[in-house]
Amino acid sequence: MCGIIGVIDKQREFMDGSALRDSLSIMNERGSGEGAGYAAYGVYPDYSELYAIHVFYDNLVEPKTQVEDLLETWGMIEHDEEIPTWEQNGIRKIHIPWRYFFRPKTRLMQRSRTPDDEIVKYIVMEVNKSIKGALVFSSGKNLGVFKASGWPEEVANFYRIENYEGYLWLAHNRYPTNTPGWWGGAHPFNLLNWSVVHNGEITSYGTNRRYIESFGYDCSMYTDTEVVAYLMDLLIRRHELTQELAVRALAPPFWEEIERMPEKEQKLTKALRLTYGSAMMNGPFAIAVASPDSMVGFSDRIKLRPLVIGEHDNRLYISSEEAAIRTIDSSITNIYMPRAGDPIVGRTIA
Amino acid sequence: MTQITINAEGMHYTPLNKLIRQAVREGVSEIILDNVMGQRFISDGLIGDVKITINGIPGGDLGMFMKGPTIEVFGNADHALGNTMDDGTIIIHGSSGDATAHSMRGGTVFIRDDIGYRGGIHMKQYEDKRPNLIIGGSARAFLGEYMAGGLVIMFRLHDDTPYAEMGLASGIHGGEIFIRGTVEEWTLGIGSSAREATSEDMEKITPYILEFSKHFNLASSFLLNSSYTRIAPVSSRPFAGKYTWE
Amino acid sequence: MIIGSRPTKFQVAIDNDQCMLCERCIENCSYGVFRRDNEKILINSRNCVACHRCISQCPRDAIIIKERPCDYRSHPVWTAQVKENIFKQAESGKILLGGMGNAAPYPIIFDQLVLDACQITNPSIDPLREPMELRTYIGKKPKKLEFVKNATGDMDLVTEIAPNLKVETPIMIGHMSYGAISLNAQLSLARAVSEVGTFMGTGEGGLHKALHPYQNNMIVQIASGRFGVDVNYLERGAAIEIKIGQGAKPGIGGHLPGEKVCTDVSCTRMIPEGSDAISPAPHHDIYSIEDLKQLVLSLKEATEWNKPVFVKVAAVHNVAAIAAGIARSGADAVVIDGFRGGTGAAPTIFRDHVGIPIETAVAAVDAKLRKQGIRNEVSIIASGGIRQSADVAKVICLGADAVYIGTAALVAMGCRVCGTCYRGLCTWGIATQRPDLVARLNPDEASQNVKNLIDAWTLELAEFMGAAGINSIESLRGNRDRLRGYMLDQSMLDVLDVKTIGA
Repeated sequence: MCGIIGVIDKQREFMDGSALRDSLSIMNERGSGEGAGYAAYGVYPDYSELYAIHVFYDNLVEPKTQVEDLLETWGMIEHDEEIPTWEQNGIRKIHIPWRYFFRPKTRLMQRSRTPDDEIVKYIVMEVNKSIKGALVFSSGKNLGVFKASGWPEEVANFYRIENYEGYLWLAHNRYPTNTPGWWGGAHPFNLLNWSVVHNGEITSYGTNRRYIESFGYDCSMYTDTEVVAYLMDLLIRRHELTQELAVRALAPPFWEEIERMPEKEQKLTKALRLTYGSAMMNGPFAIAVASPDSMVGFSDRIKLRPLVIGEHDNRLYISSEEAAIRTIDSSITNIYMPRAGDPIVGRTIA
Repeated sequence: MTQITINAEGMHYTPLNKLIRQAVREGVSEIILDNVMGQRFISDGLIGDVKITINGIPGGDLGMFMKGPTIEVFGNADHALGNTMDDGTIIIHGSSGDATAHSMRGGTVFIRDDIGYRGGIHMKQYEDKRPNLIIGGSARAFLGEYMAGGLVIMFRLHDDTPYAEMGLASGIHGGEIFIRGTVEEWTLGIGSSAREATSEDMEKITPYILEFSKHFNLASSFLLNSSYTRIAPVSSRPFAGKYTWE
Repeated sequence: MIIGSRPTKFQVAIDNDQCMLCERCIENCSYGVFRRDNEKILINSRNCVACHRCISQCPRDAIIIKERPCDYRSHPVWTAQVKENIFKQAESGKILLGGMGNAAPYPIIFDQLVLDACQITNPSIDPLREPMELRTYIGKKPKKLEFVKNATGDMDLVTEIAPNLKVETPIMIGHMSYGAISLNAQLSLARAVSEVGTFMGTGEGGLHKALHPYQNNMIVQIASGRFGVDVNYLERGAAIEIKIGQGAKPGIGGHLPGEKVCTDVSCTRMIPEGSDAISPAPHHDIYSIEDLKQLVLSLKEATEWNKPVFVKVAAVHNVAAIAAGIARSGADAVVIDGFRGGTGAAPTIFRDHVGIPIETAVAAVDAKLRKQGIRNEVSIIASGGIRQSADVAKVICLGADAVYIGTAALVAMGCRVCGTCYRGLCTWGIATQRPDLVARLNPDEASQNVKNLIDAWTLELAEFMGAAGINSIESLRGNRDRLRGYMLDQSMLDVLDVKTIGA
């Protein structure tokens, strides 16, 4: 179990986080109080050209020094501060959340088409793999992930989520299955501009992890969801697939369905399945993925997890339950359930 | 009788072979390839009755799996020419590399000069399919190794000393080898035996002497009047006695 | 006669109360165990190989065969086998040959790996009612796809996918040549794979014309002897396989004895009747990795780039690096044959002591290819000791795309694994060319048995996948998280990249 809610405003109109908190709390039955989190796009307009790197520190001595050494090797820290938090009864502050606004030295990674992203990806992988007591959990531009172990409203109040304004939000209420609730294991998972919330369990994780690791990603969070963020980064940023094609690679149609397609589509879909067989995700899942200009929702191929879509004016909602959408938007009328495996994409037009 | 010329300069072998196949399909009977430089697999798997003239140096596996065409090369050839060749003729105005005529099954290869190591290795024959390898110069060691059929003739045109390369016809269990002059006793590999060629043998190899002389514009009388050594298998089952059952 | 007679390996007895003197045992035994003497069947137990043909044909269950009725003094080091091998070699001075695969009692890694099933956190899937995809494509896949945006704003695919074999179940039949096995045996296998939608190998003995109707499901092999190889043969195959080595005898060549080269075999192999068919240890046009590339490309050139080319190697210590070399050679699939791979005849000392098991070989190869970012360059086909559907599931979890079975398919046709294939007297009509014996194997029945076996394993595989909450074989491939090692040591777990049970 787990509950997800996502909303995108296509005109990039801002919403503060309070509605998301209420929406996520309505799905408290789907969680266990062991993890919740929010990802918000557009929250750092003053630093929109810089990478906002959020780190959980166990203490502010060795790990912090090491992370800052690494950041300064690869670029410049233009500003940094502790992420403000407010004590909550249900949350033990075992980590200190910190944020950096970081400018990479582009010339240090010349072989990539997206050198700045490669530098930040490298830093994230390196910190999470090698620096004890530090965990990067958010690393995109003009966006931030705020998460911890606790119930949705506690985590929201811990960060005072209502103080953040974004045009795209993802939120997640966790019921951990395979790993104990810990801060790093809470969703959303983020890498660069990709954020993911996920309900379900990926039975192909062993295959997906080994596949994505062969492209230089390190799965260090002990949970299946992080591979989705990495797969999205690989397929869309590095392999330049569209969102729709990336989703079709991750949750492809059955061969039987492919054989009924018109020739051109059949050829393309077959090529996707052959090329990305090891990226294909199996098992029950409903997923919402966000990037600065889009939000994509999709479920597994045989629809083992719930997924509800709502559309109202400029807003697209993706959620586990209709109630969560109605909590945010009581006047919504267009609510439906998409077909298994079909991507639902909302794009900004402003 | 149509003829085309292809300038192979800087061309990869796949498009080159495509052009050749296309021409053969269209009924071209003679193809001239100019400026060949190291392209492998020329005429690989080609079926048909076509004459291909190569000016330059073809790469390895010339005429591999080929069935029918005649290839004449004005230059040296690389290794494994005529590899598993099925039928046709290859004429080399020069030398060729190691494993010349490897596993050849049919057709005839004429090399004017020397060939490398393991020439004619595992050549084999079946019914009317008999491969022939005719060498004007000399061959390096292991000539006719594993040979299972066919005919190898070696003239050693510029050398009258006894042939002295190790492993001659080692493991031979079919076919025969004729070498002009004599061979040192120690050259003979496992399972092979040598004797002087008889007049019957001479009758067998005379057509090849004549054809060789014609291709390379040589007087045949010298070759016809020389004596030859014939190397053949002791048994068609050279290793039958090596094993016992569990 | 210093050594003298040894105890018989088998003792055959007939219960005379049951025997009705029908003489079927006499007719069926090609090894000369039985003969009739008046009102009795006389028995020469020393000739028995325990092929059980007589037992299968006896209408009264009157025949009993006991193994080693009189054994040597037991000893953990100087076993009966060790002593008998010494006796034979002392008498002959020759290399010992044996049939079938590795007979040494190494632990079987498959039997120390267990599969996973879902409970609660994700649902198991019912394969009988929900879609379950076992289809797989064998061949080269691109690392990424290239698209261009067309005038209407749609994405057009630019990348051309290399030819792949579409296999409806990841179970194929490995290469057993005509010569090593009979035409009826090959026909039975060929019909079975055609019906199932999978593939079989021709072995290195060429393609008999009776198999031409099934050529779209046949992988033609090109081995160092190049028997039966011409353009026509290459064109007929659905794919071409270069055989470098074989798990039963890595590093050495093959040898079909002249007595097995009958008219038909001779015609298919394109060699004279009665002549030994000798396959050299190496391909003499491959002395190095760049030469392998040359042979791969020569086959692609010869068939105008329409056929996938596989390369088969024996699983040896350095198999991972070798497979990486194959992946870079332009080959479309690498076949890895583990040290339990079967054979008609091999020096027993090689069969039992050279090479490594398929489980570790596949794990190492898959890991190496992934590490080098070239896993999509080739498919991995695992063979050598695949006995049941669980082995298929486990080896796919370890990284294989599909398997070749060999011995299992023969057992489906009656083979009792007596290991006497090299005698050419196979009473089941499988490993023989003697017309009266070959005629015993009815391709109509035998092909059905083989098909049944593949169907049954496929059903079981679907059940394993469903239990693991996986509905497509791609998601099982390399999914080592769904395996656990049972009593395997840490170094083995590291090589397999599998956790221990309980972890």
